[in-house]
Amino acid sequence: MNSRSENETKVVENAPPNTVVFHLASDPKLLKVVRLGIGHLCDLAGFPETHRHRAMLAVDEACANIIKHAYGSATDKPIIITARLLDNGIEVVLRDYGRKADPEKIKPRELDDIRPGGLGVHLMRSAMDTVVFDTTLAEGNQLTLVKYLPQPRSDSQEEIVK
Amino acid sequence: MIEVATRNLQEATIMSIKGDVDLYSSPSVRKVIIALTEKRAPVIMVDLSHVSYMDSSGVATLVEGLQQTGKYQGKFKLFGLGMAVREVFELSRLDKVFEIYPNEEAAFHSLA
Repeated sequence: MNSRSENETKVVENAPPNTVVFHLASDPKLLKVVRLGIGHLCDLAGFPETHRHRAMLAVDEACANIIKHAYGSATDKPIIITARLLDNGIEVVLRDYGRKADPEKIKPRELDDIRPGGLGVHLMRSAMDTVVFDTTLAEGNQLTLVKYLPQPRSDSQEEIVK
Repeated sequence: MIEVATRNLQEATIMSIKGDVDLYSSPSVRKVIIALTEKRAPVIMVDLSHVSYMDSSGVATLVEGLQQTGKYQGKFKLFGLGMAVREVFELSRLDKVFEIYPNEEAAFHSLA
């Protein structure tokens, strides 16, 4: 008979530095937990309030899109968020295993079209410095969001759909 | 948890929201807005002074309220937006679409 210690998951000795991993169910009631965690990471990065809010908003919108579109509002599917402190900002990688995003639908819509819905991608792109969708994985989607500390730099934004 | 309360001020209905408005809570806000617009409330003034966070689902809910009141020539106004909520409207470029006032008094006086 196996002892209890043999059945326990082995603890990885070296965790990636400056990294927090959220493994959550696709339940909207958990979004605030993620926002608070990302907000605190932004505090550690030294973000001013506006940057902090924008990063929280982008991650929240990304999770909401996964819940609504990748998982069709099912509340028991996995979302894995890996958030990392960079030397000059934060990087947040969101992984889901749901329906693949249609590249046409993850482009921001025209804002002159005043209607409820469809703003999430626009807000993400406006709020972050880098927004990279990867839909080439065998299963699901991966979204990488990066926000840098404010400093004199190019205002150019990058959005890549693989 | 989100709290949504309504009260009347002459012809206006003040709808006060307290809490974060996100994918989880926005259906509660929508329920109240839809109930008011189905009754054809002539003026709906939404108090956002106790909302510290709003995402696109919250904005979408308010856009729906604006559009529903517009169908019967009603008025839909917002007031008391904090920095974070105002920024979402600005990023969405909806700050020019809604009538936004600093406080209840200013929103009410705009009816005159």
